[in-house]
Amino acid sequence: MIVKMQLVVNGNIKQFDVSQMTVAQLVSELQFVGKRIAVECNGEIVPKSQYAQSILRDGDTLEVVGAVGGG
Amino acid sequence: MIDQLVIAGKTYGSRLLVGTGKYQDFKETRAAIDASGAEIVTVAIRRTNIGQHADEPSLLDYLPPEEFTYLPNTAGCYSADDAVRTLRLARELLDGHTLVKLEVLGDSKTLYPNVIETIAAAKTLVKEGFDVMVYTSDDPIIAKQLEDIGCCAVMPLASLIGSGMGILNPWNLQIIIENATVPVLVDAGVGTASDAAIAMELGCAGILMNTAIAAANNPVLMASAMKKSVEAGREAYLAGRMAKKLYTASPSSPTTGMIG
Repeated sequence: MIVKMQLVVNGNIKQFDVSQMTVAQLVSELQFVGKRIAVECNGEIVPKSQYAQSILRDGDTLEVVGAVGGG
Repeated sequence: MIDQLVIAGKTYGSRLLVGTGKYQDFKETRAAIDASGAEIVTVAIRRTNIGQHADEPSLLDYLPPEEFTYLPNTAGCYSADDAVRTLRLARELLDGHTLVKLEVLGDSKTLYPNVIETIAAAKTLVKEGFDVMVYTSDDPIIAKQLEDIGCCAVMPLASLIGSGMGILNPWNLQIIIENATVPVLVDAGVGTASDAAIAMELGCAGILMNTAIAAANNPVLMASAMKKSVEAGREAYLAGRMAKKLYTASPSSPTTGMIG
C-alpha cells in the first residue's frame, strides 16, 4: 500500500492509500455506522450532520468516543 | 402523595440515581438498575475501541436511551478544559442532550473534587446551555456558589468516591441543604442502605451511587435495598421525626390502670 494519508485516531496511527476522505468514510471504515459515537477532529467536534461534508487530510488527529459504564 | 424529584424542569419518580460502572457484565448492570428503580443513570465518555467487532454489545443496548435519562459524567477529568471538552462530546453523542454531571477531580488518590476547576467548568457549561448537576465537596460556601452560577443540582460527597465510608459530615450536608434552592443530592461515599436513609432524612433531594451497589456481594439485592432506603428516608424526612430527648424517657403505654 502506498501511504498517502496518515491519521491519528484515538491515539493510534491509521494509514490510508487515499490522500483525503470524509468523516463519513472513516466512520464506515472503522465499522461505526449506526453506532452511537461522537467525533472530534483536531479538537473541534464534527456534528453528525456534517460527516459527509467534512474532509480529513494527512496529519489530522481524531477522537471517536462512545458511552461506557461509569459512576 | 405525589412526591417527585424535579431536575432542570423535568420530574422523576425515583430519587435514586445510579452509576453503570464496575458491574460484572451488562446483564448484571441492567438487573441491578431495574431493581434500583432508577430513572437517571450516569455514563462515562471514553474512546471507542478501534477495531472492535461491529456486533459487540454496548451498554446502550442494555440501557436504551429511550428508557432512561442518561447523565454523562466527566469522571477522570482533572481540569475544567477536559471536563468541558468531554461534555461537549457527550452532547453531540446524545443528540443535543443537555443534562450532565460535572466532576473535576483533584488527585487520583482521593478523587477529591478540585472546586476551583469545577467552578470554572460550571461557568462555561451553564453559559453553553448545559443543565449541570455538579459533584463537589461538602463545603457550604462552594455549594452555594455553584448554585449561583446556575447549576441545576448540587451534589456534595458524603465521603470519598468508591470508599463506602458513609456520611462523614452530616452537619455540613444539612447547612448545604438549608441554604439551597436547587436539589441537593449526595453523590459518592454511600456504603449501605442505612447511609442512604440518613442522607434522605437530612433532606437530600436524592442520592447518586454506583460502587455501593456494584461492589456488594449481591448487587441486585443491594439495589433493591437502596431503593427502599431512599424511599424510607424520604418519607421519614417528610413525616418529620420526633424531637430527640436525651435522658427524658416517655413511656408509650398508659401509666394508669396498672394491675395490683
